[in-house]
Amino acid sequence: MSNQAVMTYLDETLLPYFFCPGCGHSLITDHLNATLVKLQLDPHKVVIVTDIGCSGLADKYFTTNAFHGLHGRSVTYATGIKMANPKLKVIVLMGDGGCGIGGHHLINAARRNIGVTVVVFNNFNYGMTGGEHSVTTPPGGLTSSTPFGQLEHPMDICQTVAVNGASFVARTTSFDKGLPDLLVAAIQNEGFSLVDIWELCTAYYVPNNRFNKSLLESTLTTLNFPTGIIHQSARPEYSQAYCQSVAEEAGKKPMPALPIQPRYKSDLDRRLGIVIAGAAGKKVNSAATLLCRGALLSGLWATQRNDYPVTVKSGHSVSEVILSSQEIGYTGITKPEIMLLLFKEGLSTVHSQLDAMTENDSLVINRDLLPIQTRAKVIPIDFKQTSHWAYRKEYWTIIALARVLHEMHIYPLEAFKEAVSARAEFAEDNLAAIEAGERLESN
Amino acid sequence: MRELINGAQAIVRGAIHAGCNFFAGYPITPATDILLYMIRELPKVGGIAIQAEDEIASMGFCIGAAMTGKRVMTATSGPGISLYSENIGLAIMGEVPMVIVDVQRMGPATGGATTVAQGDIQFLRWGTSGGYPVIVLSPTNVHECYSLTCKAFDLAERFRVPVFLATDKETALTLSTVDVEAFENLPVRVQVNAPEDGEFVPYRVTAPDEGPLFSPYGGAHIMRFTTSTHDEHGQLTKVAEKVRKLNEHLAAKVEAHLDEISMVKADLQPGADTLVISYGVTTRAVEEAVRTARERGRLVSSLTIYSLWPVPEKEIKAAFAGIHWVIVPELNLGQYSLEVERLAPDGVEIVGINRVDGELISPDEILVQGGLQ
Repeated sequence: MSNQAVMTYLDETLLPYFFCPGCGHSLITDHLNATLVKLQLDPHKVVIVTDIGCSGLADKYFTTNAFHGLHGRSVTYATGIKMANPKLKVIVLMGDGGCGIGGHHLINAARRNIGVTVVVFNNFNYGMTGGEHSVTTPPGGLTSSTPFGQLEHPMDICQTVAVNGASFVARTTSFDKGLPDLLVAAIQNEGFSLVDIWELCTAYYVPNNRFNKSLLESTLTTLNFPTGIIHQSARPEYSQAYCQSVAEEAGKKPMPALPIQPRYKSDLDRRLGIVIAGAAGKKVNSAATLLCRGALLSGLWATQRNDYPVTVKSGHSVSEVILSSQEIGYTGITKPEIMLLLFKEGLSTVHSQLDAMTENDSLVINRDLLPIQTRAKVIPIDFKQTSHWAYRKEYWTIIALARVLHEMHIYPLEAFKEAVSARAEFAEDNLAAIEAGERLESN
Repeated sequence: MRELINGAQAIVRGAIHAGCNFFAGYPITPATDILLYMIRELPKVGGIAIQAEDEIASMGFCIGAAMTGKRVMTATSGPGISLYSENIGLAIMGEVPMVIVDVQRMGPATGGATTVAQGDIQFLRWGTSGGYPVIVLSPTNVHECYSLTCKAFDLAERFRVPVFLATDKETALTLSTVDVEAFENLPVRVQVNAPEDGEFVPYRVTAPDEGPLFSPYGGAHIMRFTTSTHDEHGQLTKVAEKVRKLNEHLAAKVEAHLDEISMVKADLQPGADTLVISYGVTTRAVEEAVRTARERGRLVSSLTIYSLWPVPEKEIKAAFAGIHWVIVPELNLGQYSLEVERLAPDGVEIVGINRVDGELISPDEILVQGGLQ
């Protein structure tokens, strides 16, 4: 940018504005230009993001960057732009309509204190679609969609963002000669700023309500909506706070491969389907993953698919593990070779698999769930015989798996122990549980 | 050397390899793992990953960030794609390169959050107003979650268009054993911006089927972006000729480049009268079924579609040679089979094998229902 002062940020070839005669949008657009002239910002470093509605026509007149987005979503694009390049000055122009449909985004932008400035062109109705009521239409206001008068309370945009963490909030009217100074302060604020500017829609709200400048000002008083700078606070700006919060992560290797070096040998020469039917919160999935890790330590291939309801600590939890000496494609198990039925919650989801099992297959079952109808060889486990493990149900899967490995020689139990030890979490208890499982067999 | 990972991890690894440095998403089963991995992993490569207030904001953040030159991705499931819809249109209109992962779950509506499905296949193609094309890739296994994520970024950059990765609960969340070496060092397309000197017109193209040059916000040029029908300067227009040019361009830049986009695996057997066409997780059952059928002496061909949209018509038509039966297994009530049907020559019978009960289609079902016994 040259050292010469910028006299205007408007593209003069596009003037006059396309707004209706007397529309407040022309005044606000002029004020915004005056603001930018005061700030002398490099137009390459400014992005004006506009919403849908008549205010969305305003960006075209500016010689800065522009983003004209979808209705109510302007604040989200602005947030993405600011997060991605915090050096940019990002200014959102939106109407009261945008504040309604995009209210959620306004609240969350304020909560983050993201460094964008929102300029609200607030004329109490939808000028572009035919003068329907908006979230800011004053009580009794006549609009095309409130022909009998507005019944809803007007949203206080300023208080909404102020209580939710915005760091600069102001309200005024388009007639305010001091508006450029207010906008300068808003743009200079590092965090989230919002300036709610009340103005006249000469196409609809003015004729429908015999509205004028003095009624606009008296409405502010009637509603007890203050003007000027309403709220200021010093909070960290979000894009900077984010950078600081992740600073220590920089340079670490993302998602490194954690290869498992085979150290044991398995004689398994076929595909083995193992279904573990348990209950949520009983570490069924994590035990199944340890089974898979032990398999990899033994040179096998393994897959694990889990089935569970949307809840976390209630209902069934089923893991289907396939172990094979070869790469595994299809991961479903129609007929398991081994089923571990440990908790009653698991029973309901494995009926068809249980029915498909034959006398060549093994059902390792919690004794409490007997009797059960099956053709499979039944191997009951009496967890009451496992001393204190009887009360630590989250280790039952490990215990049962240890028994299966010990008895059926799928791969060495030592590999399972190593898989368990490699995970610091609960390693000691898991190892003890494996030993309890080993002892079961000799009982 | 082998490791135990799931598709979600492979997608994240692929994204990071492809240079992704911005991610925004909203928690939804079964896509949440990708969000959580990205939040932890992207800062390591200087990237940004955040949880947005909803799916609409996820897309908004990504689109805004993309216009500053970031390489962006988001991930969701079917209900989230519903909320992405308006911004998918915006990304098409504004020619935003971005990758959208759809970890499909059972629909409609909230459907089955933890249940596998392939019900979004037509939805992804027709999920926003106007009917303009997008690119949809679908991996069949963990390795391809990595390679096709890389490919998705490549195509997004090449054509400045949203590219979907259509995966599913099984592929994303099932742990698989994979060869570490298989995560190869795939080529990454360098982002080429408009030259810094000289005139820059945001939406000027050299040919109707070529994307415009890009200049990021904060870069050397003034950039204008708009959701509205626009001229090459990014200014709203209703001039019929300009409107036609824009809209035809949005279609042509994808549809005229099928040769660059189409990805299939044609495992064709001379003399086969039966062809199985599949995609995504269902392909894994197909591979087993085909192997078994061949071991039993049946001649059968298989075509795996990796690039679902735009439809690889040339490759599908070529696979029809000598075929009387086409089996299309899908975890929906028959969606991609509609595309197969419209391409099939007279006399070819299309047999759909469909499941919408949350169970995978098994190799046996394909053998039995497909007449491959």
